[in-house]
Amino acid sequence: MTPTQEQEIWMYQNMVTSRFFEEAIEKIYMEGKTPAFNMAKGPIPGEMHLSNGQEPCAVGVCAHLNKDDIVVSTHRPHHVAIAKGVDLKRMTAEIFGKKSGLSGGRGGHMHIFDPNVNFSCSGIIGESMGVAAGAALSRKMQGKPGVAVAYLGEGAANQGAFHEALNLAAVWKLPVVFVIEDNAWGISVAKKASTAVKHNSDRASAYSMPGVHIPDNDPVQVFEKAGEAIERARNGEGPTLIEIETSRLAGHFMGDAEAYRPAGEKEHLAEIDPIPAFKKRLSERYQWTEREDQALREQARETVNAAIKYARDSDYPAPEEALDKVFV
Amino acid sequence: MTQVKEKERKLTIARAMAESIAMEMREDETVFVMGEDIGELGGVFGNTRGLYTEFGAERIKDTPISETAFIGAAVGAASDGMKPVVELMFVDFFGVCFDAIYNMMAKNTYFSGGEVNVPMVLMTSTGGGYSDGGQHSQCLHATFAHLPGMKVVAPSNAYDAKGLMTAAIRDPNPVIFMFHKSLQGMGWLGTEKEAIVHVPEGTYEVPLGKATITREGTDVTIVGITSGVHHGLKAAKELEQQGVSAEVVDLRSLVPLDRETILESVKKTGRLIVVDEDYHSYGMTAEIIASVAEVGVPMKAPPQRVAYPDIPIPFTPVMEQWALPSAEKIVNAFSKIKETEQ
Ligand SMILES: Cc1ncc(C[n+]2csc(CCOP(=O)(O)OP(=O)(O)O)c2C)c(N)n1
Ligand SMILES: [Mg+2]
Repeated sequence: MTPTQEQEIWMYQNMVTSRFFEEAIEKIYMEGKTPAFNMAKGPIPGEMHLSNGQEPCAVGVCAHLNKDDIVVSTHRPHHVAIAKGVDLKRMTAEIFGKKSGLSGGRGGHMHIFDPNVNFSCSGIIGESMGVAAGAALSRKMQGKPGVAVAYLGEGAANQGAFHEALNLAAVWKLPVVFVIEDNAWGISVAKKASTAVKHNSDRASAYSMPGVHIPDNDPVQVFEKAGEAIERARNGEGPTLIEIETSRLAGHFMGDAEAYRPAGEKEHLAEIDPIPAFKKRLSERYQWTEREDQALREQARETVNAAIKYARDSDYPAPEEALDKVFV
Repeated sequence: MTQVKEKERKLTIARAMAESIAMEMREDETVFVMGEDIGELGGVFGNTRGLYTEFGAERIKDTPISETAFIGAAVGAASDGMKPVVELMFVDFFGVCFDAIYNMMAKNTYFSGGEVNVPMVLMTSTGGGYSDGGQHSQCLHATFAHLPGMKVVAPSNAYDAKGLMTAAIRDPNPVIFMFHKSLQGMGWLGTEKEAIVHVPEGTYEVPLGKATITREGTDVTIVGITSGVHHGLKAAKELEQQGVSAEVVDLRSLVPLDRETILESVKKTGRLIVVDEDYHSYGMTAEIIASVAEVGVPMKAPPQRVAYPDIPIPFTPVMEQWALPSAEKIVNAFSKIKETEQ
């Protein structure tokens, strides 16, 4: 299942938009946080987990999804949200804690909910999986089309929910795909120090489902493998576990000193940044020109700038609105 | 009072916790630490800093993100002669591992007719105020204190942190040690300066289950724990401007609860305000007011509580700051008390 030129450009465009978005957030996040770094300060307070480097995991999967399909993401959700078509303006406003945000400021960056495109996420490690399985179950029970995708980090594969959800999805043959973004780190703990298997995709065999290992942080490989898994799910053939070896180019969260990284790792990761690599592929395969590239980047930048402006210009909610929406 | 005045040595709660653990580890080989990012990183909240360098990976164990497994493992190790100190990074994460805590850790002693003891400490961060959203900002004091079989302590300053940790490690029972992020002394979380106090170099215990009067007063009793104590102290200063003498009680322990100290204070003042950053209903505030009501202490006015509204914690600072307890809310609660007296 190879992507068309159009699909490749769509993936590239979303990767660039996502990266620009994270770079903008990174900059704004630091407003009010210097010289002393205090998480509570500035226009974007709280924890901030950036997805720089992990864009291939988002676009290669979401290229196969439509708005009715379900995605449940993690504490590091922006790239996936963008690829899933979440309303970027309202998502940004949510990250800024504004009234016009997707949840009116109640959720924040780890709790992005856009029911229009069936996107949600959570800050508790591993918990995306049961929820995605349940959404898949619902589609099956209602006889409605659609698949669910759960994202998780490689660290989440050591959480009980991982194993429970895999077994449940397999035994009920649910239309769900589990996507592990393996960036080799769970905060400061290296995967090899915490994980008994070399490849988490091997764990799929314990639940009689296909386990797919994607060794490169390459959107085209992800597209191909995810395409097969999603087709299987759509055809009622059950779940798949996909593991993508990706890169976390930034710290675990903003403010992370990253002293635990071996020397040279960040530099190496920057060298294998998937965005320039993808650009190179486009120019080799499709004579993608510098001019076309500039135009695409400009468009991405405008999209991001418009979202940031929308968020900045929006008002804060009234404090008392905190009491609303506990129940409907 | 010591004869020779010790040189002042102000520590953060984070450092005081690490110091206590290190001192116990030097004395007792069965003490060891497990948790996420508690090794080389020294804990996300700094309370195991330096331990990895001194004791190495055998006794300072970074775990997989597998709370059910490593907290369960602590129960097993504790029942077999070890004294684990384990960290649940945020108390909010108890959801993935509560069985190991309340069905095993807290009950095994009783189920075994007292034959199997579980000498472990579960340390966990609490509290919000820095916009970390509703899965990273809760206190959940009552969730733990409600369930029998585990002691629950929560310091408001570094002196108590060291002494409570030492007592917790030495106690033959399971102890939940809750530390509030805003008091931890990590600059990136903002820092309550009043929590950074003199900590003696030597070893000492702060007894579990013993409250302390942080500020003496005669007109109203303000009872709190962790952040609530600091709000109470600030409110007491403001009330002093109004000519009101407020007494502040720092519970330090939720289980056992030092009802005696609370009752003594309320008997003296006849007025009570209870402050808690945990949710309003079915919580610590209710427990304390009920404890006072039950024994029929004569009150000049109905007691008041300043707690977190019964809502998930909102992300946006305008909502979160509005919802949090504060000195101002305590002062307002006192005004309400005065109104009801008229
Ligand atoms: C149940 C639970 N335990 C611990 C945490 C704290 N925590 C947040 S992110 C993280 C590391 C997650 O690693 P991984 O799953 O690989 O995702 P990554 O951060 O690398 O994207 C941890 C331990 C949490 N949020 N939930
Ligand atoms: Mg990871």
